[in-house]
Amino acid sequence: MSNATQSIEAGGFAANAGWSGQLWLPGLIAAASWAATAVVTVALPDVVPWGSAGLFAILTGAGAAALVVLALAVPRLGAAGRTIVHYGPWFIAVGVWFFLWELTTAKFGWLPKPFFSPPHGLLAVYVAEWERLLICIGYSLRLWGLGFFSGIAVGFVVGVALGWSKGFSYWGMPILKLIGPVPATAWIPVTFYFFPTTFHASIFIVALSAGIPVAILTASGVAAVNRSYYDVARTLGADSRFLVLKVAVPASLPHVFVGLFMGLYYSFAVLVVAEMLGAKYGLGWYIQFQTAYSGYANVYATLIIMALICAGLVKLLFVGRDRLLAWQKGIL
Amino acid sequence: MSALAKTTPPAAIELKAEAVSHAYEIDGRTLEVLQGIDLTVAPGEFVALLGPSGCGKSTLLRLAAGLESPRTGRVTENGTPIGKPDPSRILVFQDPTLFPWRTVWKNVATGLEARGLLPREKHRVDQALALVKLEKFANAYPHQLSGGMAQRVAIARALVNDPALLLLDEPFGKLDSLTRLTMQNELLALWKRAGFTALLVTHDVEEALLLADRVIVLSDRPARIVAEITVDKPHPRRRDDADLVRLRQDVLAQLGIHGDV
Repeated sequence: MSNATQSIEAGGFAANAGWSGQLWLPGLIAAASWAATAVVTVALPDVVPWGSAGLFAILTGAGAAALVVLALAVPRLGAAGRTIVHYGPWFIAVGVWFFLWELTTAKFGWLPKPFFSPPHGLLAVYVAEWERLLICIGYSLRLWGLGFFSGIAVGFVVGVALGWSKGFSYWGMPILKLIGPVPATAWIPVTFYFFPTTFHASIFIVALSAGIPVAILTASGVAAVNRSYYDVARTLGADSRFLVLKVAVPASLPHVFVGLFMGLYYSFAVLVVAEMLGAKYGLGWYIQFQTAYSGYANVYATLIIMALICAGLVKLLFVGRDRLLAWQKGIL
Repeated sequence: MSALAKTTPPAAIELKAEAVSHAYEIDGRTLEVLQGIDLTVAPGEFVALLGPSGCGKSTLLRLAAGLESPRTGRVTENGTPIGKPDPSRILVFQDPTLFPWRTVWKNVATGLEARGLLPREKHRVDQALALVKLEKFANAYPHQLSGGMAQRVAIARALVNDPALLLLDEPFGKLDSLTRLTMQNELLALWKRAGFTALLVTHDVEEALLLADRVIVLSDRPARIVAEITVDKPHPRRRDDADLVRLRQDVLAQLGIHGDV
């Protein structure tokens, strides 16, 4: 449905502004903006040297060449071509953005070092530090994965219990509502006392930030299940186990996924703080370390990595949701 | 075709309500819904409960299904008090209440799955779907079905359990009139084939007279039995049959509606 709408929109766009005979005009404009970036990067000297200017010029130049090829080939690419045409304005915007970014930072020095970095400054960070960054990604994903998955597992079970059992909800719900709004990081002093190592404490804080929204939304989802589903299932011979696992849980899954999305974002935000707790590696630790030494280019480069990882995980979660909630299509 | 009935012939049950009264607490006030109901439904009999909407007919079905227990009096099956739900007594609601996250096939299979019978008796699900002519929709999700199809799935979901007592709570109330006619005939055919005891709640006088052996007329809330009409006519019945038209006038008079309606 949404794909169809998108391709119609893209088609309409193409009909209005995209096609000029057998040529994709926005592709050429994008190529021009990328080529201009490449030229500016090599032709003008840096105010302060950043390194990797040549590599950046090669990359953007290659991008410009690829866009020229696409501008000629897109009319013959069918569905893939329509997707490319749809993102045409973005290719232009990115090219123009790179161009202005280069000029204002490295070339004219209006936005000075160390507070700002040109794009090839970030590239220089990746070139110089890629090994250490990869190790940091590994450490961060390990901490995040352990925290997030243990958090959502416990949160889900607690949520089902809260939504299902009156007694559990009587005692549990007020407590959850009380500790729910407290930022997970506020528990740091207590966790130091209870956990054997700072690594365990970090896992706990990430788990808490992911688990609480999952617990709250699962509980409200289970509690909101239409009572007649239970009546029907009971007349069909269902026991409590069946009612919980085969009725309450699937019926509340749409709510659970809202909780999972919230938990994903919270846990990522908390990750940086959790890695303050005596970690030796990790993206959050790396950001702290570089901030202390005014390595802001390194900080920006790391932030981009974190944003990409988070976006990738959100995308994965969407794929999982669409699989599990296929039955919902057309209801909402 | 009648594979369902042949494999395990259901022992139709006798349903009996003895001096049953029931009430609900709403906002601290007691709302009487049933008052001194005495009713016996013979094994294999088709009885219709007719009454104004909101009079407590559905409550009687919930008691028979075992979803609730009466405040006073008792409801029995073959002499044993009904205490909890059992797959031998199945309730079909006005809304199909299909589980939206399960395919049509899985919906119909729910009862067998809940009792752990599914691995051995998958074929019964297919037979029940064939019975309501929905084999082709086995993999569809409920939101892809029309109202009539959804209600047929709900009936298949009930019949797959070989119920000895089928409780129907205005099952065709939300269907368009043409679908309703088809479904009434299908229900009649299923009842004749399987031989279960049927208790149908409806506020459609014609539906009650076309389907039931006996029509029980209930008063406004709290519901009491005000009349009992035996429909001694073989199926298929024609709705313009002179006797049925006369009975319809009688029933409407019992419900307080007089004149040429």
